Amino acid sequence: MQTRRDVLFHSAQVAALLAAAGMLPTLARAQAGAYNTAAFEAKTVADLVKALGASAPVESKDVTVTGPDIAENGAVVPVGASTSLPGVKRLLILVEKNPAVMAAMFELTDAVEANVATRVKMGQSSNVYAVAMMADGKMLFAQKEVKVTLGGCGG
Amino acid sequence: MADPMRIRAQAAGDKTTVRVLMGHEMETGQRKDSSGKLIPAWYIQQVTAQLNGKTVMTAQWGPAVSKNPFLQFVVKGGKAGDKVTVMWEDNKGDKRSDDATVS
Repeated sequence: MQTRRDVLFHSAQVAALLAAAGMLPTLARAQAGAYNTAAFEAKTVADLVKALGASAPVESKDVTVTGPDIAENGAVVPVGASTSLPGVKRLLILVEKNPAVMAAMFELTDAVEANVATRVKMGQSSNVYAVAMMADGKMLFAQKEVKVTLGGCGG
Repeated sequence: MADPMRIRAQAAGDKTTVRVLMGHEMETGQRKDSSGKLIPAWYIQQVTAQLNGKTVMTAQWGPAVSKNPFLQFVVKGGKAGDKVTVMWEDNKGDKRSDDATVS
């Protein structure tokens, strides 16, 4: 006959197994850099800073954002972020007036230079930011206004 | 399986510039089709770059990265013959990995 104590004991064991099988991979994934959904859903720069748990960004001359002054096609806007400072952990590319502010986040190691470029979509003319997150948690940014003649987010 | 990536890695001095073109729709989830229904989002979320099997950079992307994404980064070191691997994974769990040799 199964007593109440047995049932409780079994459920505890099952929970422990679940924890071992289910929880540990989650932890491992988090360490490898799980997709930061909250950060990518942030609507404003302030929300984004909160989602990343960083301090308020400071403008810096040592960070460079590259991009065109006028983009004819907002669906393909070449944007680059770079910095000469050592100890950069992440480079972010933000487009202020897009539905979600953050376009891309690059996690750097010592083996690469803090210099990345990609192409982003822009819904309308907006400021584009390159943000460098330093190893000590500081956020440094550079901004540039890009005018868009044809938005890249419409149908 | 998605189209193969085009990867070009060129060593110059003590740096290697890697340029990657990926073939991906990068649907934002904001557009509507002709009947007015939202087209579901479909975009690359994670990108990993390796040099000779060692991860040198990872990236997380949102839907704001352009269709058929372009990516350029600079690896310190790297010489002709080294192997560059780029992998991506999209929000539907599709994956792709391609290699190139540094020239």
